[in-house]
Amino acid sequence: MEALDIISYFLLLGLLLAAVKVVTTSNVIHAAISLVFTLALTAGTFLLLSAEFVALVIVLVYIGAVIVLFLFGIMITRAPLGQNAELDNEKNKGLALGVSLSIFGIFSYVMLNTFDSQINTTSGTSTELLGEILLSRFVFPFEVVSFVLLAALIGGITLARQDNALMDENQI
Amino acid sequence: MSVQPFLIAAAGLFSIGIYGILVRRNVVMVLLSIELILNAVNINFVVFDAMLRDAMLQGQIFTIFIITIAAAEVGIGLAIVLMLFRNRKTANINEFDLMKW
Repeated sequence: MEALDIISYFLLLGLLLAAVKVVTTSNVIHAAISLVFTLALTAGTFLLLSAEFVALVIVLVYIGAVIVLFLFGIMITRAPLGQNAELDNEKNKGLALGVSLSIFGIFSYVMLNTFDSQINTTSGTSTELLGEILLSRFVFPFEVVSFVLLAALIGGITLARQDNALMDENQI
Repeated sequence: MSVQPFLIAAAGLFSIGIYGILVRRNVVMVLLSIELILNAVNINFVVFDAMLRDAMLQGQIFTIFIITIAAAEVGIGLAIVLMLFRNRKTANINEFDLMKW
């Protein structure tokens, strides 16, 4: 029980440090790589909470696909690679720090005063059960989400493609 | 294990994401900060699922839905950034002030 506590403290501390690195580093590629570390430590936390399927989905979808998309976006917008002092809006820093610290204070006050129960470590969950629930009780939201994903796919292609092909059709 | 360290870490992750959104100048960096916020919500869902352990595993199911929506959001967001960059030759948020007077 105590070993689990120590492991969870290390995971959460590393998570927060990597997240701070994401928003403070002055190198765009380092920010994306730090996000990989944040997500990997999140997956570790999910494994600790016996949510192994969600941890694998995080690794596959986020670390596998979304980060590649981000690196693609960084390179295609020709963000200056390497150190870049212009990345932060200096005059917003004090305000941003105040807002985020007050949000953190309010959230942690509410959370600490509302929830003090223990995590149920006696019963685990299984991927088999998750799949059965996802395709029986939650099958309608599942289909709606897949439709949203299809719409996003088509919308992304429509937004990002050059209009040359349309012009060619008009000329014919 | 108590739930409190996880909840505090999720609140910290959320506020770090808010800080990133407010302070960053590059649009792609703002999208990275939005991912941090979504990740904080995911952690909260899974922790409450582990705390309650209801028969429907609703926390984990909703986490999977959030991950799907986040993937769609990143795709659309980067397509919009690409369009903006093509038209305005920059990815800095300060210079997108067309709706400001």
